[in-house]
Amino acid sequence: MIIDTPTSPITSGLPLFFVITVTAIKQGYEDWLRHKADNSVNQCPVHEVQHGKVVRKQSRKIRVGDVMLIKENETFPCDLILLSSSRDDGTCFVTTASLDGESSHKTYYAVQDTKAYTTEEEVDSIKAVIECEQPQPDLYKFVGRVNIYMDNEPVARPLGSENLLLRGATLKNTAYIYAVAIYTGMETKMALNYQTKTQKRSAVEKSMNAYLVVYLCILIGKAFINTVLKYVWQADPNQDEPWYNNRTDAEKERHIVIRAFTDFLAYMVLFNYIIPVSMYVTVEMQKFLGSYFIMWDDDMYDKELGESAVVNTSDLNEELGQVEYVFTDKTGTLTENNMEFIECCVDGHVYVPQAICNGQVMPGSDTMDMIDSSPGPRARVTEELFFRALCLCHTVQVKEEETVDGIKHGLHSGRPSSFYISSSPDEVALVEGMKRLGYTYLRLKDSHMEILNREDQVERFELLEVLTFDSVRRRMSVIVRASTGEVYLFCKGADSSIFPRVVSGKVEEVKDRVEHNAVEGLRTLCVAYRALTPEQYEETYKLLNEARLALHDRDRRLAEAYDQIETQLVLLGATAVEDRLQEEAADTVESLHQAGMKVWVLTGDKMETAAATCYASKLFRRGTRVLELTTKRTEEQSLHDALFDLSRTVLRPHRDPSGLGLDPDPVSGLSGECSDFGLIIDGATLSAVLQPGQEASSAGDYKEIFLEICRNCSAVLCCRMAPLQKAQIVKLIKASKEHPITLAIGDGANDVSMILEAHVGIGIMGKEGRQAARNSDYAIPKFKHLKKMLLVHGHYYYIRISELVQYFFYKNVCFIFPQFLYQFFCGFSQQPLYDTAYLTLYNISFTSLPILLYSLMEQHINIDILRKDPTLYRDISKNCLLRWPIFIYWTLLGVYDAMVMFFGAYFLFDNTTFTSNGQMFGNWTFGTLVFTVLVFTVTFKLVLDTHYWTWINHFVIWGSLIFFVVFSLLWGGIIWPFLNYQRMYYVFMQMLSSGPAWLSIILLITAGLLPDVLKKVICRALWPTTTERIQVPRPQPGPATPAFIQRHHQGCVPNLVVSLYV
Amino acid sequence: MSKEENTANRPDNTAFTQQRLPAWQPMLSAGIVIPGFVIIGVAFIGIGVALFVTSQNIQVLEKDYTGIERNSSCFKCTNPRVKNCNCTINFSLDKLFEGPVFVYYGLSNYFQNYRKYGVSKDAVQLTGDLAYFTEPSTTCAPYQRDAKDKPIVPCGSIANSMFNDTFKLFQIVNSGNVEVPFDGKGIAWWTDYNIKYRNPTTNPLKNAFNDTVKPIFWPRPAYELDPTNSANNGFINQDFLVWMRRSALPNFRKLYRRITEGEYAKGLPAGDYALVIGYNYPVLAFEGRKKVVFSNVSWMGGKNQFLGIAYLVIGSLCVVMSIVMLIVYAKFKFPDEE
Repeated sequence: MIIDTPTSPITSGLPLFFVITVTAIKQGYEDWLRHKADNSVNQCPVHEVQHGKVVRKQSRKIRVGDVMLIKENETFPCDLILLSSSRDDGTCFVTTASLDGESSHKTYYAVQDTKAYTTEEEVDSIKAVIECEQPQPDLYKFVGRVNIYMDNEPVARPLGSENLLLRGATLKNTAYIYAVAIYTGMETKMALNYQTKTQKRSAVEKSMNAYLVVYLCILIGKAFINTVLKYVWQADPNQDEPWYNNRTDAEKERHIVIRAFTDFLAYMVLFNYIIPVSMYVTVEMQKFLGSYFIMWDDDMYDKELGESAVVNTSDLNEELGQVEYVFTDKTGTLTENNMEFIECCVDGHVYVPQAICNGQVMPGSDTMDMIDSSPGPRARVTEELFFRALCLCHTVQVKEEETVDGIKHGLHSGRPSSFYISSSPDEVALVEGMKRLGYTYLRLKDSHMEILNREDQVERFELLEVLTFDSVRRRMSVIVRASTGEVYLFCKGADSSIFPRVVSGKVEEVKDRVEHNAVEGLRTLCVAYRALTPEQYEETYKLLNEARLALHDRDRRLAEAYDQIETQLVLLGATAVEDRLQEEAADTVESLHQAGMKVWVLTGDKMETAAATCYASKLFRRGTRVLELTTKRTEEQSLHDALFDLSRTVLRPHRDPSGLGLDPDPVSGLSGECSDFGLIIDGATLSAVLQPGQEASSAGDYKEIFLEICRNCSAVLCCRMAPLQKAQIVKLIKASKEHPITLAIGDGANDVSMILEAHVGIGIMGKEGRQAARNSDYAIPKFKHLKKMLLVHGHYYYIRISELVQYFFYKNVCFIFPQFLYQFFCGFSQQPLYDTAYLTLYNISFTSLPILLYSLMEQHINIDILRKDPTLYRDISKNCLLRWPIFIYWTLLGVYDAMVMFFGAYFLFDNTTFTSNGQMFGNWTFGTLVFTVLVFTVTFKLVLDTHYWTWINHFVIWGSLIFFVVFSLLWGGIIWPFLNYQRMYYVFMQMLSSGPAWLSIILLITAGLLPDVLKKVICRALWPTTTERIQVPRPQPGPATPAFIQRHHQGCVPNLVVSLYV
Repeated sequence: MSKEENTANRPDNTAFTQQRLPAWQPMLSAGIVIPGFVIIGVAFIGIGVALFVTSQNIQVLEKDYTGIERNSSCFKCTNPRVKNCNCTINFSLDKLFEGPVFVYYGLSNYFQNYRKYGVSKDAVQLTGDLAYFTEPSTTCAPYQRDAKDKPIVPCGSIANSMFNDTFKLFQIVNSGNVEVPFDGKGIAWWTDYNIKYRNPTTNPLKNAFNDTVKPIFWPRPAYELDPTNSANNGFINQDFLVWMRRSALPNFRKLYRRITEGEYAKGLPAGDYALVIGYNYPVLAFEGRKKVVFSNVSWMGGKNQFLGIAYLVIGSLCVVMSIVMLIVYAKFKFPDEE
């Protein structure tokens, strides 16, 4: 059965072909880029030991069981079991910064029996079998066994996570290691922690698809209505087949149902242009080209890294303007991951290391006592004791080697270059701080710690005991014997764990200073000591030894022993260390808050550290009431009670004053002191909250209560999070009932899962590793760039694309609705109103470029204003420009314009002539008149909406109108030899030769645009949005500006020190 | 990292890449819109008045001659069995009908814009291509070939249904009837007559039509359409071309003749007239109507109240809206200007 189409297949097919081609080219290009990136990882060279020789090969060729040689600063290409290292003790240092965000150096151990094999030949001679568990994602768990055949006698050794080097970690401070691959490729722990990358679709795209369904319904509805009407109308045989329009015999014989069906399909073909196929390609182009503006942005270029922003997926540009929740990693994202000793306070005297600011005077330095001010002889003793305490009470190792890194640490003194390594970056900072204050820790030699004091004398202390740090006690101690024979216990720890144990010292002064520093966002530690008599030491020694030798409950007994030993301390002072925030981090967080976003910090770090950062970055402010939901609390109180307590606390201030129940906009409580809540939760508690409990109902309740609490907190800090937990949190918020748009930002491989989970994933191009940047949708060099990314680019792209979408539907309604109306006047015969060329080119050339350029160039508000006033971001929240009422407005406007065009032309053509020679115009002139009005009206509608007229906009808008006119003149001006019809010949010229045609074109365009102009003006006057208020050109250059700058300055952390080591 | 490497990655700092191209940022504020509306409104009202007055001055005389009423003179011709029927309609003008006068025929409820009807022609055949005389396009069906399978030229529904009523106008004066001369030149588009439609170059034209048949409905073959003027035959017959330009809407007029010659060039003087109609075209079957229209034109074409009224309406709307906006702004103290 041949379906007789009202338009030629080319007419409908050409736009589709065009759309598919453009999309294919774009997708192909992006695929090619991905392929290139994959290759660079897969082909990165690694070294393998084969037959006693080192062979280079591509990383994708690594097989399980291969023995690899890894050199310093190389990243492990797969999960490895350490066999031996260049260090004699078979250890190596590794930083897992890109895995879990902890940049400290961790020690890994070689299998005892193989650590002596340190050359290729020797390693090759090892015969061993490794048994290990199935790959699993937990980074910190590994169980295995190695059977080593020595003299054909197998020796079994256990393998634990201390032997396992994880892919993605980097070898540090170790010249080389030999290790055997046990998990490769997708079975590595890092790969198992990857979230599968799913296609992300933006909210705009979802609205777009919803609209499309509506339009599809309209299309089917129109076709259906017309088919029904046609047969109703044709019930009269005179209408059905007047003598002048006889049907062929074949048509007459066709069954009515088939005829009706063919008619229905023919209508579908005729009206199919209402579905804006070309919108998809325009959206794609807009996103693709638009993302270049992000990459090109000079404000997001970082000189230090030499990097600018990278766009990995251009599909989400507009989603950047819709973010409601920001999940940020802490280490390396909010902070520089670079600790710095700021000050110490001994008995209330504050000491600041010199030259901290490279010659610049620190803000507030005038209030500080400098080191030279002599505090008196008594204080002198305390002071020296304090410095020694800090030099001794730590677990820092010294690396005496000159490497590139050494410059950073070694420059401060003229002494031989050496630098410190520790699992805690705070300790390094403290020891370095001491060095700058004159006391240098030299090394640990033969269990003696050596210090170079201010007089350049070496002091030796025998290290007797180390009472290691743990997060419950939150302190650590050392017991040392000075060369004079006295035994001291030095203890340092969090203020809360030191003060209760202090018996003397200037507690009040120190407490004041500690509080002051904590508020400034510094990480504070208190230092205390206790002089031990030989008897006391003996007792202590016994106590410790007993506990250590215990077979049962060793941990508990050790803790008890520590608890007994660390008492009756004398307070020496306190220190303050800064985990330096990234520049403008606080300002950025503040802007995000003002923009109505909720910022969550998700970190693997410990609570105190994380909380300090949150204060420093203004996530929590002075007025914030911080609620804790941590293991410590749930130990005292059941989770159930804790949750209910918190929810009561959080909800009360909202309910009572207003009586309205929930505050509709919790963020607005920023100014009010009491309603500003912050929440701290840790990983363990979180998993308890999320765990499906025994009764299914209670678990759901916990989740809901938790969400309710979170909803009322302007900031949430989640500490001690595993990578997958981060993703869980994001998922939880995503699935909550408002379905907010989430954004995750992070720099390490541990952030990848959350980056992939969130609606928008942003990677920071960290110094370590690129996993986050590679897996993200957008990568930026620094956290501060997020501000411009969201407030400017996000805002613009949202505005742009929403106009693009609405406009496309509008212009297609305008286009097709007259065609629909025409059916009522042509006997429902599917007569096209417009010529084929117009049908084909309307969407792909007459009206496509202006809107594309609009959607690339439009700036309804200036960049600077958007940046300065983050509250503008709220104007576009919740996808407000693509809500149904607005969509309906646009559609109705389209229908109105279509009616104006069609009926305007209809009445004009009603039984009259247009020309002074009395000749009549035919149906194609009618269509051309409607089409001309159409093209001008929809273009002028865009003109009315454009707020930013660059020469490009002028060029494209006027250019495309001129193109339409020129095309029409040409199309009608020549007998086209390849066409078998010449129906448009001279039609356009004839029309232009008639005065009334001109007059009616002007009239109909004006009538079409009038209501929209009126609506705009009235709405602007009566209900102006913030955006519209801002748009009004001000008489003076922006009175809001100075006020803002002031606020900006206040927003800065006073002792935020700009990086010195450039 | 060296300095060059650093700058290599750095994006170009141009106004375009930084989205800081100089731009004109207009705002639809009251200060622009209200005066704008007033200006547009006043201009439109002016145009509207001019159009309306012009349109009022145009004289139109319509005569329905379908012959539905039994007392109408054309009633007898409505019987399809009556061939070559003539009927006369008398009318009188009480004042001069200013010239040049245009004579139109009008059809109602006639769908020249049927899709099937519209495609039922062979555009190449109508350019005089002899190959298409013997093999007309299938789009012409069912008027592609006749019952004996001979090709129809010109083929298709449009050509087949060509209007074939004829009109003659007589002024009734004392001495008898004086025929008002009709001018049939230039009633079709110049381009249709001179470029788009072509006769075959065969001489005489008749030979080109060998082995073809005339359209079934036609009384005469195409090459004999106008016996009085040999240049007005075949496809480039003015009446044929007028008919071939399909009308946009089901009620339409087509230009039949002009009155431009002799003493009637200045118009039809007051007096009695008789319109003699050669009634051939059946319209009653589909409830159509036929009429003949006399009209003169102005610079803006025929009588059309719509355009003038529309201009007046839109113009007044603009003025009213600007007043409304002014009130709104006055009441809300020009929030824009604050």
